[in-house]
Amino acid sequence: MGRFIVRRLILAVPTLLMISFVLFAVLSLAPGDPLSQFAANPAVPPEVRENIKRSLGLDQPWPIRYVKWLLSMVQGDWGFSFGSRIPVWELLKLRIPSTLAVVGTAYLVSLVLAVPIGIVSALRQYSLMDHVATTLAFIGFSLPTFFTGLLLIITFSVKLQMLPFIYDSTLQVRDMDTLAAQLKQSIMPIAVLALFQTATVVRYTRASVLENLPLDYVRTARSKGLAQPTVIGRHVVRNSLIPVVTLVALSAPTVFSGALITEQIFRVPGIGALLINSIQNSDTPVVMAITFTFSVLVVLFNLLADVIYGVLDPRIRYD
Amino acid sequence: MRRTAYLLSAWTLVLAACGPAAQPAAPTSAPAAAQPTAAAAAKPTTAPAAAATTAPAAAATTAPAAAATTAPAAAAKPTEAAKPAAGGRGAGAMLKILYWQAPTILNSHLAQGTKDYDAARLVIEPLAAAGPDGKPVPLLAAEVPTVDNGGVSKDLKTVTWKLKPGIKWSDGSDFTADDVVFTYQYMSDEKTAATDSEQAEGVESVTAKDPTTVVVTWKEPNPNPYQLFVSGQSNIIQKKQFQDFMGEKAKDAPGNLKPIGTGPYKVTEFKPGDVVTYEINDQYRDKDKPFFKTVQLKGGGDATSAARAVFQTGDFDYGWNLQVESQVLTQLQQGGKGDMITATSGNVERLLINFADPNAQGDQRGEPTTKHPFFSDLNVRKAFAMAVDRKSMADQLYGVAGKPTCNIVTAPEAVVSKNTDTMDVCKYDVAAANKMLDDAGWAKGSDGIRAKGGVKMSVIYQTTVNPLRQKEQDIVKKGWEQLGVQVELKSVDAGVFFSSDAGNPDTAGHFFTDVEMYTNGPEQPDTTNYLAGWLTSKIAQKSNEWRLSNYHRWSNADYDQLYNQLTKETDQAKRNDLVIKMNDMLVSQVVVIPLVARASPVSGKSKQLQGNQPNPWDSELWNVADWTKAP
Repeated sequence: MGRFIVRRLILAVPTLLMISFVLFAVLSLAPGDPLSQFAANPAVPPEVRENIKRSLGLDQPWPIRYVKWLLSMVQGDWGFSFGSRIPVWELLKLRIPSTLAVVGTAYLVSLVLAVPIGIVSALRQYSLMDHVATTLAFIGFSLPTFFTGLLLIITFSVKLQMLPFIYDSTLQVRDMDTLAAQLKQSIMPIAVLALFQTATVVRYTRASVLENLPLDYVRTARSKGLAQPTVIGRHVVRNSLIPVVTLVALSAPTVFSGALITEQIFRVPGIGALLINSIQNSDTPVVMAITFTFSVLVVLFNLLADVIYGVLDPRIRYD
Repeated sequence: MRRTAYLLSAWTLVLAACGPAAQPAAPTSAPAAAQPTAAAAAKPTTAPAAAATTAPAAAATTAPAAAATTAPAAAAKPTEAAKPAAGGRGAGAMLKILYWQAPTILNSHLAQGTKDYDAARLVIEPLAAAGPDGKPVPLLAAEVPTVDNGGVSKDLKTVTWKLKPGIKWSDGSDFTADDVVFTYQYMSDEKTAATDSEQAEGVESVTAKDPTTVVVTWKEPNPNPYQLFVSGQSNIIQKKQFQDFMGEKAKDAPGNLKPIGTGPYKVTEFKPGDVVTYEINDQYRDKDKPFFKTVQLKGGGDATSAARAVFQTGDFDYGWNLQVESQVLTQLQQGGKGDMITATSGNVERLLINFADPNAQGDQRGEPTTKHPFFSDLNVRKAFAMAVDRKSMADQLYGVAGKPTCNIVTAPEAVVSKNTDTMDVCKYDVAAANKMLDDAGWAKGSDGIRAKGGVKMSVIYQTTVNPLRQKEQDIVKKGWEQLGVQVELKSVDAGVFFSSDAGNPDTAGHFFTDVEMYTNGPEQPDTTNYLAGWLTSKIAQKSNEWRLSNYHRWSNADYDQLYNQLTKETDQAKRNDLVIKMNDMLVSQVVVIPLVARASPVSGKSKQLQGNQPNPWDSELWNVADWTKAP
């Protein structure tokens, strides 16, 4: 197992290099530059724009910029944001709390809800509860988050005037009132994200449990007289969860990358919103930092998924 | 299975890299709908409010250079007269301002857009604001220098600014002329790469005569003495805070995120790209202001939901740039909690006519040496102009955000031409346009497309990717098709269209199509620089990498002559006449087809919020110290 992990980690290096190269190339070759906002502004003539570009180091060819970026990245220097002129890391640090508070919570909520619902709805296939769960899962799965988001805003903010739809990141939870305010402003974005994620995981769990139920080992377990909870808990669920674990592990990095659309709708200052704005403003160092960290996380969580596989299913050997 | 999962995830990565660029469009179409203003919005200073009701009529009819020679007192009146904050300093709780673009930096010299200029303006100020009528309103200056009061020399080469005595920075130290001199040195240092460095262009020196006197000397006589240190860009920064961060070190300055200022507020907390919170600057010179204890300026999201927050839920007191489709806006306004604030600016949405041949081969493409196959005929250009329904465009697509116009100079009021109203080219008359083309020998073929001498009348018409602009294209296309013109529409990403990339043929500067459309306007109340954009010497072409501003490749000796006179003329009435003449020439020669005079600001405020003075020339938060809120 140890050797397997080391081997995979070594293999990850060229993969990440390749990914960073592709990312950087895509960003550099994409049209637009950080000064394009000023383009039609006669107060900022092209000479001034060129000068600013030079000061940002954008006058060099992109392969050179890539090598420079890579070298400083290896030394832990992520560069500075073109927009704010502060180190990228400082900018990310500001965003991580909101991202975790909203996207992270939604992720946990969806797991806590989805797995039990999926299992129960498989065990009681075609029951009323299964129908309801399946229908809701389909709705959640098919409705895009920007639509559910808007629906919630119009219902709870505009019509009922109960919840604010603009996230206030300056709010500090100090007492019951501020806690209530924090809950009020988080509930809609969390609900939107959780609905979507729960739906996905419910479908997976249900399908996987259904697949396992008619298998021989389940019948064996039953015929040797094990109680239903033991059969389900120890045998069925354990086996059924293998694909679910993959899904969960592989989607865990998205907690970091944030929820692009939902964050935009509710103005949650998370990493997703930062990514979108940075892409719009061609703030390459920020975009690179976010996408590259995301890549590293995906590679790591892939490895983690594989390791958990082995724990859940002893038949899998890594030598 | 594992391998597939692995490959799949690698693929998602690549998607993650390219995906988001396309995604922002998905959530709502609103941010894009509001984009046409990006060009306009990037300018803190645009045209003066012809419509601003606060300005005395007499004051509103004189242009900036006139202010240099006449009545400075009248110019100062509007704000001096603004009512004092009811209840005095700190009587109000929190002012909540919503920008759908988030500020990322608070040092306005390194700003990347209006959002940054505006957010900075609560803290740092110029010597004088540009008032709603285009005239300077003294802030840090004791009075506005003019020729009459001796502040501006007769040869228009030196400007002497007297500063108000006793002003302090928010850290308690004294504000002096040295800070002003330093600001000039900072913004004009090429290595600083200040976005407002153009305002310091042509300055020979800025010196401190004594602690309250600053002398600006221009290299050449400057008809616009207020080019530097007036309006939302050349804000004065503290020497002590920034002196170690000039040139290449500019980016390392902690003050970029927390500048010390002389304005009504100081920054308590700034989260770049998200929110700024301010509190009262105890050192602020007016002891009765500002009214609000704290200000929160939240950024991000989109224009439609920003309008919703001001008009429907009332969560915010002020919403920046709410230009969404007029029907949507009307519907949102029925929420009844707020009003729109607008003023006519000098920004004009216009069609540019290409005088060069965009289809010429190789290096000749679009070069001024070539001639456009049919736009070189004035009658053809006239016919094209007469088939444009600018009224429908303004009414249906802009609503409060724009008025139909046939002028290319729409502000200040004194330089707005009245002659264009009666010009044929300004009338929407498809029948007459058709007749003109018939008379010019362009006959319709069997396919309904006009042709002459083997040349088909077919145009490519480009603009930026933007839902609003695409609708404008449809209106124009419909009109031209009624003339028997084949119209091909093209839309280019705004980032590309407005880029200065010499290698990209799709930029506005290359203008490798027959017609193109965008918004432009003078960045200061003085229109001289703006009108320079049609000079023969400013023709954009390969040899200057398409960097100059005459994209049309139009050349006219009479126009060049008028411009020369304008740069030398000091008498205001004569200057106004010259500007009007130049405007009329551009319109009657159909070099450009003006469409819509855009409003700026196009913002929303809660009904309780008072004291806002819409001002197209300066930051829209320029008089935030005067804002109050009724209970």
